[in-house]
Amino acid sequence: MTPAAIPVLPRGVRLHRDKVRRAEVLLGPETALMLDQIGAVILNEVDGKRSVGEIAGDLAARFGAPADEVGADVVEFLKGLADKRLVDVTHG
Amino acid sequence: MAEPRVDPPIAMLAELTHRCPLACPYCSNPLELAAKETELSTGTWARVFREAAELGVLQLHLSGGEPASRRDLEDLVRHARDAGLYTNLITSGIGLTRARLEALVAAGLDHIQLSVQGVRADISDRIGGYRGGFDRKMELASHIADLGIPLTLNAVMHRHNLDDLPATLDLALTLGARRIEVACVQFQGWALRNRAALQPSRDQVDTAKRIVAEARDRHQGRMVIDFVPPDYYADFPKACMGGWGSTGLNVAPDGTALPCHAAQTIPGLAFQNVATSALVDIWYKGPAFMAFRGTDWMPELCQTCDRRDIDFGGCRCQAMAVLGDPTATDPVCRKSPGRATLDALLAAEGEGGAAPDFIYRRPKPPVPA
Repeated sequence: MTPAAIPVLPRGVRLHRDKVRRAEVLLGPETALMLDQIGAVILNEVDGKRSVGEIAGDLAARFGAPADEVGADVVEFLKGLADKRLVDVTHG
Repeated sequence: MAEPRVDPPIAMLAELTHRCPLACPYCSNPLELAAKETELSTGTWARVFREAAELGVLQLHLSGGEPASRRDLEDLVRHARDAGLYTNLITSGIGLTRARLEALVAAGLDHIQLSVQGVRADISDRIGGYRGGFDRKMELASHIADLGIPLTLNAVMHRHNLDDLPATLDLALTLGARRIEVACVQFQGWALRNRAALQPSRDQVDTAKRIVAEARDRHQGRMVIDFVPPDYYADFPKACMGGWGSTGLNVAPDGTALPCHAAQTIPGLAFQNVATSALVDIWYKGPAFMAFRGTDWMPELCQTCDRRDIDFGGCRCQAMAVLGDPTATDPVCRKSPGRATLDALLAAEGEGGAAPDFIYRRPKPPVPA
């Protein structure tokens, strides 16, 4: 997954606020993935318009963290989801 | 010993009906099929969906029988989505049309799981006991793809079609499935009755495992492959239901709340009905759900095993079916004294000669008055 890749949640995959467990959950086919805080923050930025690099840059600025570290985390997280078809990637 | 902490369920399987045009000999439904007159109403299901969501259920699987046999399926999907549930339809495809698919999408359906009995009309229609079924499935699959509905292909595999696994994976790719479940038959319900006809050979199983491993690498990021191996050939039991009463529940067409598909085969369990009991009480306090929850019920062998919290003693219904004792260690386990019984069954059935004829899944004829 390159910084230019544009991630998007495919149809049938959506974020859900679980009121019982007080957590964000990624729901998809046969999947209910409880998200930690970082995962939830990243996925809330996935809008099908901005690239992985742009999302990482925004998050690095927002949290005052090194851009290359944030970039690596974002790529690793989204790549794991893409392998499971919970995130699709296009190249803008 | 302290009471185990009970988490809310994640998934609920709603068996809307036992009516089905197919007659697959491995159906997981019980041998005693529920009659149409006993099915829950639309309104009761809608209430149960809301109770499920409040309880913590996230995923709803609408199943059967064939759920499309319910004329109110579209309304049920709308109620499920209104309750906030991720809504998955598990269907044979028979009874659905493009118009009904469009209505289901409009109602908010999230995902479809389409079963296939084989990759060609001859075997598919023979297993399903329904002539023309394969062609109708393929036509429906093209509508699903055309409408962009997320699709999982559900391929139930056994002695008669496991050799077609490569073609089955190709079919899933051709149909645009994001996932395929290669589910080897688990011997409960009608499958138990047809075990000798369905049990694959060890060679078939070893080959299937190799094919799945290769295909997972090749299709990573394009298609997810879930593989449920035939557990009689395994060394350790499956973690049935992720542990009894721990992650999911089933509701039968008449409203009986079950810890798993086959729980009614265990004598002495008292089941409640969602029509008359609140789902929250059934889950947290129901005697059937408490019966094998946690580890207190386990035999010494499981209690002291380092796999206790991995496979939870395996499948209670399998211990019942093979050993006649629902509190025994699952006989699949290599450490189980019951393993010899299972091995004897495998020797007699898995590597045997000609398979016996199928006993097809059919409702009992009505008893004359």
